Amino acid sequence: MPVIEVANLHKRYGQTVAVDDVSFSVERGEIFGILGPNGAGKTTTVESIAGLRTPDSGRATVLGLDPQRDGDELRRRVGVQLQSSALPDKLKVSEALELYSSFYPDPADREKLIDDLGLGEKRDAYYSKLSGGQKQRLSIALALVGNPEIAILDELTTGLDPQARRDTWALIEGVRDRGVTVVLVTHFMEEAERLSDRVALIDGGRVVAIDTPAGLVAALDAEQRIRFRPSAPVDDAMLAVLPEVTGISRNGEQIVVTGTGNVLATVILALAARQIVAKELRVDQAGLDDAFVAMTGRALDPADAATNL
Amino acid sequence: MSALAALTVTESKLFRRDGMSLFFGLIFPPLLFLALGALIPGFLDPNDDLGGLRLVDLYLPIVIGLALATLALSTLPTYLATYREKGVLRRLATTPVRPATLLEAQLLLNVVVAVIAVAVTIALAVIVFDVDAPGNAVGFLLAFVLTAAAMFSVGLLIAAVSPRATVASGIGMAVYFPSLFFAGVYFPRDAMSDTLRAVSDATPIGSGVQALQDALAGDWPQPLNLAILVAWTVAAGLLAARVFRWE
Repeated sequence: MPVIEVANLHKRYGQTVAVDDVSFSVERGEIFGILGPNGAGKTTTVESIAGLRTPDSGRATVLGLDPQRDGDELRRRVGVQLQSSALPDKLKVSEALELYSSFYPDPADREKLIDDLGLGEKRDAYYSKLSGGQKQRLSIALALVGNPEIAILDELTTGLDPQARRDTWALIEGVRDRGVTVVLVTHFMEEAERLSDRVALIDGGRVVAIDTPAGLVAALDAEQRIRFRPSAPVDDAMLAVLPEVTGISRNGEQIVVTGTGNVLATVILALAARQIVAKELRVDQAGLDDAFVAMTGRALDPADAATNL
Repeated sequence: MSALAALTVTESKLFRRDGMSLFFGLIFPPLLFLALGALIPGFLDPNDDLGGLRLVDLYLPIVIGLALATLALSTLPTYLATYREKGVLRRLATTPVRPATLLEAQLLLNVVVAVIAVAVTIALAVIVFDVDAPGNAVGFLLAFVLTAAAMFSVGLLIAAVSPRATVASGIGMAVYFPSLFFAGVYFPRDAMSDTLRAVSDATPIGSGVQALQDALAGDWPQPLNLAILVAWTVAAGLLAARVFRWE
């Protein structure tokens, strides 16, 4: 039986439709990714689940509770980590955890949580003196301090350096392994692909697809992308006539060929026949980002993608 | 421990670590009173124009008003607007505790600090400058409670209408300094012209200082002053509750 059920959720702010029509369900014990570009309606969706927003129509059921009517009980059993929320500057790490644990009937072991999240050395540090990664880890700790059955984590690695991001991912897997259901909101492809058991792709306030990351990619008919720098000039037409090739583009001296089936061997043979060598050859398997492009017709925000590398 | 108690304890720790708030909220009012009495010539001499009272007697209710104004108009709204702007209230909204509890904790803390600052100021006045203890203790308590209620309601209204902490701080100061004037910090209400005193009477701090002064002298506060304080409490309080935004 699902722990979260969302049916035909719709929410607008004035003239702007934030969430058009979103439905999905989350099973107990899984990491459920909600993936989409900025402005897709992800945050509004999870805020409705957490009872922080009242949807205009549709409904959400969480642990059998109505987030609006049974908000108090829901907030005891669901931990939430939100974007753009903070703590007072001069609150110490240990004090924040002590305060927040006093809000719950059956709180987690604070000392263990501090250790698990690698905050032991910072326990007496002021919130304002923490790095971005440490603030995020504290935020996750606060979301877990009430021993929640569900943890909703919104954009938890945005702004972190790659090492901190990987550490955070390991942490989330640890949370799931403790039996907590995790709803992970992200606009960061690699994060969703790496962590999620299932992913909902959201775009323009609608669910585009829901499946495992592998399932979403498999649905793409396994298109491959080959990049190389030819040792001599190559005419696009020479490659375009090959039946396996579906697309050709150029990026400076680099040629990018997409295709299906045995496209790699076909392209290399065609080049060899003209004594051309494919230098710096790379073959990309399709990933979740390709799935997103295929299903929505557009990429995630390229600027965001760049900063997330 | 209840959430309100836990939050109030936490807020009091944060207040102790905030040097500016600690100084101006807790230390400045008694310090100012000491400085006035010790440094201003003639402050301790009986004054025939004041019916034999000394300026130091007259300044006790004024400094009490200043203590309330500092916390209510500056400290409280800046804290609350900061908490909203930075998402502290939003963070709290995801827990079983309602964000309103944090407002209550802040209010409680500021009232407690005000009571301490005022108690210390009165003690100093009585011990150091031989000022008479409040002649009408019940009347004084009534005047203090109603003045505090009116001032903090105005402070909550400032917090409610300010989208950012800097705005709250700016509006707070824009209300604070005229309030000091109407309280009589620059020259006492008794030295004001009738018109000016009438304007002062219409402000929460003007009526508050007058009510405190009457009670200190042993009389009952005038009903008009108390009515004005209640009116400000109800009007500003209701408006604040109506326009307050959590994020």
